[in-house]
Amino acid sequence: MYHNFAEVKIALSSGKSVLDIVEDYLQNINQNKDLNAFLEVFEDSVRQQAAAVDLKIKAGNAGKLAGLVVGIKDNICFKGHKVSASSKILEGFESLYTATALQRLIDEDAVVIGRLNCDEFAMGSSNENSAFGPVLNPINRKTVPGGSSGGSAAAVAAHLCTVALGSDTGGSIRQPASFTGTFGIKPTYGRISRYGLIAYASSFDQIGAFSNSLEDNALVTEIMAGSDNFDSTASSKPVGNYFPEKEIGKKRIAYIQESFETEGINPEVKNRMLEIIDKLKSEGHVVEPVSFPYLEYMVPTYYVLTTAEASSNLSRFDGVHYGHRAANAKGVEATYKESRTEGFGPEVLRRIMAGTFVLSHGYYDAYYTKGQKVRRVLQNKTKEIFNDFDFILTPTTPSSAFELNAVSDPIQMYLQDIFTVHANLTGNPAISLPFGKTTENMPFGIQVMAKPFEEKALYDFSSYLEKITL
Amino acid sequence: MEITEEIVDHIAHLARLEFKGEAKNAIRQDLSRIIQFMDKLSEIDTENVEPLIFMSDEVNVLREDVAEETLTQAEALKNAPKKDSDYFRIPKVLDK
Repeated sequence: MYHNFAEVKIALSSGKSVLDIVEDYLQNINQNKDLNAFLEVFEDSVRQQAAAVDLKIKAGNAGKLAGLVVGIKDNICFKGHKVSASSKILEGFESLYTATALQRLIDEDAVVIGRLNCDEFAMGSSNENSAFGPVLNPINRKTVPGGSSGGSAAAVAAHLCTVALGSDTGGSIRQPASFTGTFGIKPTYGRISRYGLIAYASSFDQIGAFSNSLEDNALVTEIMAGSDNFDSTASSKPVGNYFPEKEIGKKRIAYIQESFETEGINPEVKNRMLEIIDKLKSEGHVVEPVSFPYLEYMVPTYYVLTTAEASSNLSRFDGVHYGHRAANAKGVEATYKESRTEGFGPEVLRRIMAGTFVLSHGYYDAYYTKGQKVRRVLQNKTKEIFNDFDFILTPTTPSSAFELNAVSDPIQMYLQDIFTVHANLTGNPAISLPFGKTTENMPFGIQVMAKPFEEKALYDFSSYLEKITL
Repeated sequence: MEITEEIVDHIAHLARLEFKGEAKNAIRQDLSRIIQFMDKLSEIDTENVEPLIFMSDEVNVLREDVAEETLTQAEALKNAPKKDSDYFRIPKVLDK
């Protein structure tokens, strides 16, 4: 079992081939089938990929990621392989091209081992909204791994791949990272191309990585980042080197006062936050509470805007060009209506309906435009905090993983994302660090948010925090 | 606001979805609660605030318009639920 890329590299240098390493991972996947983390293991394809990388290693021209085994969330396209967004509407669909982010990893000789379960169209916080069944949390199989990238988080936590890709629209990487004790980043909006990511809410979505080490996380993020001819919202800002360095100067760190007063926050999470704050202070950093009086408005704003964008993005699933078509529909309109209603699951239907409502005549200004204005207010307030501070520290989630079927109310489920939606609303990068544990030995994450495009500073600070808190 | 059955029918039609019987009642209740949750936004003063529409700072990302074949016809038809050699097939539109 390989815990991270460093261990894979040790195995390679001691004589193992990439194919041997892939076989070890395949065996571990086989022993953990009950997790339901993989929707499909690309057994043949990954062996071929590994054999090709082995030849390159022999020839002495292998890339930086030779030996790295990556799992992909089932909303990231990989040419010639199936992708379904964990939805029946896309069952059997095969990608015609490869996502830019993934292509860049492949170009550095990473191999792709399979596609990972998630909430349908990345809508959910527990992975219970998958059309192909829930994923179990490998830390405690009675609990959920979080969502929507639940399969990615579970696979990394159980060492079924070296790193996994997920996508984060409101917390879908960071919340499951928190629940599974892994590292998970949502990069700055526009840092990584979204080409080949099945869209949920285009002004929020970002691809990001799960890993068991900060170094692995920084390495794959650095390789995926950068401009792309196929996504004009991808930033042309230079990327640079993200390798985390533990030595940093004195920093100014803000924590959000209201986050401690959130209803339902686990006292152990709160205490761990206070411990870390004290530790940072004792090391000579400035750590101060700031007021962010909009905490309770963030999740509602997120839902106005993301459901609107989702209703628009998901209009492409019409039963004509690809995806599920209802069997006996008569005429065009019935084909659309019956195919879509049969193909989408309940949470996706709810969000399409809510999004169509906020965009409809008579309600557009009161909801959608209002939401965009509130988004500006939130961004301005966040910029104001970052004028005085380098980082904002919050818990990633109010608590550790909950049990399967424990949260049935949609609104209660939405509130899972109370600390994570902030970074998606404002575009900032944020990372969840596995630096907390309850007395029952369940992990929870500490979230650090940085200024836009300061991924390097975020990794450096995370590495420093790891050093002083562990 | 109250979400009536008429609103559900109207929105469902716009979204090209359909809800009948118990499913319609369930979506009406869910939608009412979600809209009520969203109504919280009205508490924030946004007088003189410009809506935030674009999250990317990139402006006018331009490139030469070069013709290339990114997808062949066969690839484009590959995932179609029904097709013939050249076209997507859909159910008959006009019923005689």
